[in-house]
Amino acid sequence: MAPLKVLVGVKRVIDFAVKVRVAPGGHVVQEQGVKHSLNPFCEIALEEAVRMRERGEAAEVIAATVGSRQSQDALRTALALGADRAVLVELPGAGPEQGAGPGAGPGQGAGPPLVAAALAKLVEREKPQLVLLGKQAIDDDCNQTGQILAAILDWSQGTFLSRLELDPGSSSVRIQREVDGGLEQLRLQLPTVLTADLRLNQPRYATLPNIMKAKKKPLEVQPLEQLLGGPVPPPRLRVLRLEEPPVRQGAQRVESVPALLERLAALGRI
Amino acid sequence: MAAVGGYLRGCAKVKRNIPVFLAPWRASPCAFRSSRSEPMPNLASDGVVCAPLQTFTEEETMLKNMVTKFAQERVAPLVQKMDENSKMEDSVIQGLFEQGLMSIELGEEYGGTGASFFSIILVVEELAKVDPAVSLLCELQNTLTNKLFTTYGTEEQKRTYLPRVAKDTIGSFCLSEAGSGSDAFSLKTRAEKRGDYYVINGSKMWISLAEHAGVFFVMANTDPSLGYRGITCFIVDRDTEGLHVGKKEDKLGIRASSTCPVTFENVKVPETNILGQVGQGYKYAIGMLNTGRIGIAAQMLGLAQGCFDHTIPYTKERIQFGKSVFDFQGMQHQIAQVATQLEAARLLTYNAARLAETGRPFIKEASMAKYYAAEVATLTTSKCIEWMGGVGFTKNYPIEKYYRDCKIGTIYEGTSNIQLSTIAKSLAKEY
Repeated sequence: MAPLKVLVGVKRVIDFAVKVRVAPGGHVVQEQGVKHSLNPFCEIALEEAVRMRERGEAAEVIAATVGSRQSQDALRTALALGADRAVLVELPGAGPEQGAGPGAGPGQGAGPPLVAAALAKLVEREKPQLVLLGKQAIDDDCNQTGQILAAILDWSQGTFLSRLELDPGSSSVRIQREVDGGLEQLRLQLPTVLTADLRLNQPRYATLPNIMKAKKKPLEVQPLEQLLGGPVPPPRLRVLRLEEPPVRQGAQRVESVPALLERLAALGRI
Repeated sequence: MAAVGGYLRGCAKVKRNIPVFLAPWRASPCAFRSSRSEPMPNLASDGVVCAPLQTFTEEETMLKNMVTKFAQERVAPLVQKMDENSKMEDSVIQGLFEQGLMSIELGEEYGGTGASFFSIILVVEELAKVDPAVSLLCELQNTLTNKLFTTYGTEEQKRTYLPRVAKDTIGSFCLSEAGSGSDAFSLKTRAEKRGDYYVINGSKMWISLAEHAGVFFVMANTDPSLGYRGITCFIVDRDTEGLHVGKKEDKLGIRASSTCPVTFENVKVPETNILGQVGQGYKYAIGMLNTGRIGIAAQMLGLAQGCFDHTIPYTKERIQFGKSVFDFQGMQHQIAQVATQLEAARLLTYNAARLAETGRPFIKEASMAKYYAAEVATLTTSKCIEWMGGVGFTKNYPIEKYYRDCKIGTIYEGTSNIQLSTIAKSLAKEY
């Protein structure tokens, strides 16, 4: 079989180092003027796809995202990291600074069901044999897109990957997944949907020459309605309220174990 | 009306006849020079708004992010060790080459990237936030080594050396000598012509990066009777016989970056290794140091910002008298003042870089940026140690290292006094 075509789903998220704050109104987090970057798990998924292409196992790596215009910078990063071309599925009415959040009100992002539906349509169009995704995005931590996508496509799925090997003949993959209590080895027939866990690989840094080349690689923008061939379904989730965790109270020091028990009893904790 | 005019003219006549020393209030004709910006054609009519200085292109933003990440993950864990051992880790040098950070502006035909000069400034700044010594290596390679070859090198020199300096060879610029520091052109190193080669004799001091350098630019005088007009720049490979790199200096700051004496004993250099023209070396040196200054400004700016970024979170965590140190108004005012100076230094640096990039005069602005950024770095690091209190004074925190590192900023690539002289020289011509 010929080298594979790999579709990698990526997401633009608030950078992991940023202290996330709730925006006034209590429905969304503060995104304006906040540093965004490529979701770390998506970066791992992309790195794996790029390595497959470097080994000659993959012929083309396509990075795709569902989000606002801003998500283009995540795609440019993906191109700098080695993707051959990119597709932005643009959400209707997305505000200037709103990414694909947990999927709440209008302009609030897509949410896993809609993202999976959009990716399924892309798969129909691009016909990849392999879809690689991060296991979850670090903003909403949903961990659903890969699974829902596999269900829509009726493909096999492998989640939480820590190793990926293509079998000779390119008709199946051997994977190792991190499960509770150990590692699970599986062989999956292609086509399949895989999601990357932290230990799958260590992503490279985009080199300066590749950053410059990324600009010349094709980046296609397609409106979501057009891709779906109909109106965008209303969101399934509504955020009622978003609040910051309560500030931690300082600890108290006690002299001995009996004193500790006494204190806990007085607080009604035991 | 006519009467009034006559009266004024009369006054003027009287004034003209009063000796200058008796009329201290009489100012000479004044041309306001608050800025030298040039009008852009059709700016208003096209509705173009000039972008703020801190506007980056998409590539510049990506580059900045990449360098931040690289510095955090690959450099930061080694900073303390490199400082203690006074030795740059090979993995860091290799990483800089691999990421394309040693040939930022260099054309693709020579293995570089062909990015903007401003990109260099951003990279230097980001690296300096983590380690000013690593940042210096990148700065010198990009603004000095690469630039010297591309600007003055012959086609053959470019073809020979540029692919090497883009891939794995560090360049080192040998100008200073024991008796020739700020007075750079009083140098004593001689190059004697013998047939189709030159013989270099002399010794250089405080040569940055000499420990790892693979190629040296040596400033030597070919004809002492011509004074500084005899100074010529030679390209000398490290393994040339007679070239000896001495023991590195034990320094206060930027310890990971080597500084060594380099001696030349009958070093034979073919005529073809002259960079540019005989007797033009001093011109090249001045030209390079002018752009280099913007790079040093960026280094000092990054250094100060890195130190500041390490300090402020601590002041918010540290509780004294029942509230965080940051919450005291006396602290807030100091912090705000330093932050403002940092911002000013950043704008000076970015503006000088943009001027250089667009080919407009920038020498005064580069000196201003370098002078000011070095002063701000000195102030910032000093203040940060004070704000951190006792722990700022210990080696458990990186603050003291920034404090040591910043001192070189007021010394190399032209001391602060030299910068002020350069600025004054420009001003003298303007009025």
